[in-house]
Amino acid sequence: MTKTLLCLITLCAVCALGGARAQSAPVAPASASVATDDAALFRALGGRAGIDAIVDDFVPRLVADPRMSEFFKNTKQPHLRQMLSEQFCRVSGGGCAYTGKSMAEAHQDMDIAKADFNALVEVLQASMDAQHVPFATQNRLLARLAPMHREIVH
Amino acid sequence: MKQFPSFRSLRAPMAASGLASAILVAGALTAAHHAARAESGKLLLTGGVTSIDGAAGGGLTPWAVIGSNATQGQIGVAATASVVSTRNYTMKVQGLLLAIDDRFEASIARQDFTTGATGRALGLPGLHLRMDVLGVKVRVLGDAVLDSDSLVPQVAVGVEVKDASAGGLKPTLLALGAHTNGIDYYASATKLLLAQSVLVNGTLRLTQANQNGLLGFGGTAQEGYRLEPEFSIAWLANRKLAFGAEYRRKPDNLNPSVLGNGLKEDDWWDVFAAWAPTKNVSLTAAYVQLGHIVPAVATRRQDGGYLSAQLAF
Repeated sequence: MTKTLLCLITLCAVCALGGARAQSAPVAPASASVATDDAALFRALGGRAGIDAIVDDFVPRLVADPRMSEFFKNTKQPHLRQMLSEQFCRVSGGGCAYTGKSMAEAHQDMDIAKADFNALVEVLQASMDAQHVPFATQNRLLARLAPMHREIVH
Repeated sequence: MKQFPSFRSLRAPMAASGLASAILVAGALTAAHHAARAESGKLLLTGGVTSIDGAAGGGLTPWAVIGSNATQGQIGVAATASVVSTRNYTMKVQGLLLAIDDRFEASIARQDFTTGATGRALGLPGLHLRMDVLGVKVRVLGDAVLDSDSLVPQVAVGVEVKDASAGGLKPTLLALGAHTNGIDYYASATKLLLAQSVLVNGTLRLTQANQNGLLGFGGTAQEGYRLEPEFSIAWLANRKLAFGAEYRRKPDNLNPSVLGNGLKEDDWWDVFAAWAPTKNVSLTAAYVQLGHIVPAVATRRQDGGYLSAQLAF
C-alpha cells in the first residue's frame, strides 16, 4: 500500500514536471545579465509586439499604483518603457540588446523591500492578465525575472 | 500584516499555551487593524494554507514557507478553522499563526476529535480526544518563490509541542505504554518550480506520535522516535487556484498491542484543491484517506472529506 502510494505520487510529480517541461523552454539562464538563446518564451509572449503591448500596459499601471508611485516619481516613463521592453525581450530569448544600467546600479539608491518587489510582480501579473497572456506563460517570464530580487531588494 | 517595529517578543509562545494564545490574538488584532490599507506582502497562495497541526503548509504536513501574507520586514497572522469528516470520525481544528519577518512562525492549534460509535463500543460514550499543538518554525535558508534560477529550496526547521487529552481513554493509553504528550521535530524543504507552475515539498518528521498524538506518544511495539517522510506536490492552475496531493508516512507504535493489531495505524494521504478568492481568504477542500483508526472497533478505512477556511493578513 505504502509503496504503491509512493510510486503514484512520484509518478504524479514526474508527469506534472514532464508535462510542464514539454510545453516550456529548456532551462535557460535566468539572470538579467545573461542573454538566452532559446526564443520559445519570446514567441509565446507574442514577440516584440506582444512584449511592447505588455509594457505599454505595465508602465502606466506601475506609476499609478499607490504602493509603487513613490519609487517611480522621478522616472521618465518613455525611458522606463524602453528599458523594460529591451529587458523582457532579452530574458525571454528575443535576442535584444539591453542598453540600460544593471539592476543593482539602477536600484542602488532606492529602499526596496521584498514586499515592494512582490507588489511590482502583482502589477506585472495584472498587465499580463489584461494582455491575455496565459498563466503558465506568465510564470515562465516571472521565473526569468524573479531572481533579480537579489540585486533589487535591499 | 504590520511593519516590523511593533513586534515585541518571540520567546513568549514557547511558554504556556495561554500566554501564546494571548500574544497570537494580540498580533491578530494588530494586523487586522492594518489590513484595510493597500497591501504589499507575499504573492497569492505562496504562504501556503494551515495544516491540522497549525503550521503553514499543506493540510496534513508543514512546509518550509512561513505563513500569512507577511514577507520580510513585516509581521502577519492567519486564523484557520478546519473540519475532517471520515466514515466513523470527525475532527475539528482551530488554528492561529503568527509570522515574523518571513523568518519565524509561531502557531497554536486545538484539535477536537469525536470518537462516535468507537467511543461507545469502548464503554466511553461521547468520548472526545483533544489535543493542543504549539508550533515554532524557523526559515533557515532560501526563497521558495523568487530564487527561480536555482534548485535550492527554501528550508525550515520546526517543532510541534503536543499535549493530548484522551479523557476516559487515558488509563488505557498509559497501560499500552503511551505518553499523553510529546514533541515532533521536523525539517521541510519547499520549492516552487515557477516556470513549471509546480510546487513541491518534502518534510522529515522525527516523531513518537500515535495517530498524530491523539492516541498518545510511543507504545508497546515501539517506544523511541521514528523518522517519517512527508511529501506534497501542487500545481498552480492560476493565481488563485492550486490542485495537489500529499502523503504522510506514520509510525505504528501500538501495533501489536494487547489488542493484537486492533490499534494498527496507516499512512495518510490526500488530494486537495486550494482557492484564494481574495488576498485574505483561502479555502481548501480535500479528499483524505486516513487509513485504519482503532480498527478493533472501526474496521473500515477512514476516508472522507476535509474543509478548511483561512483568514490571513
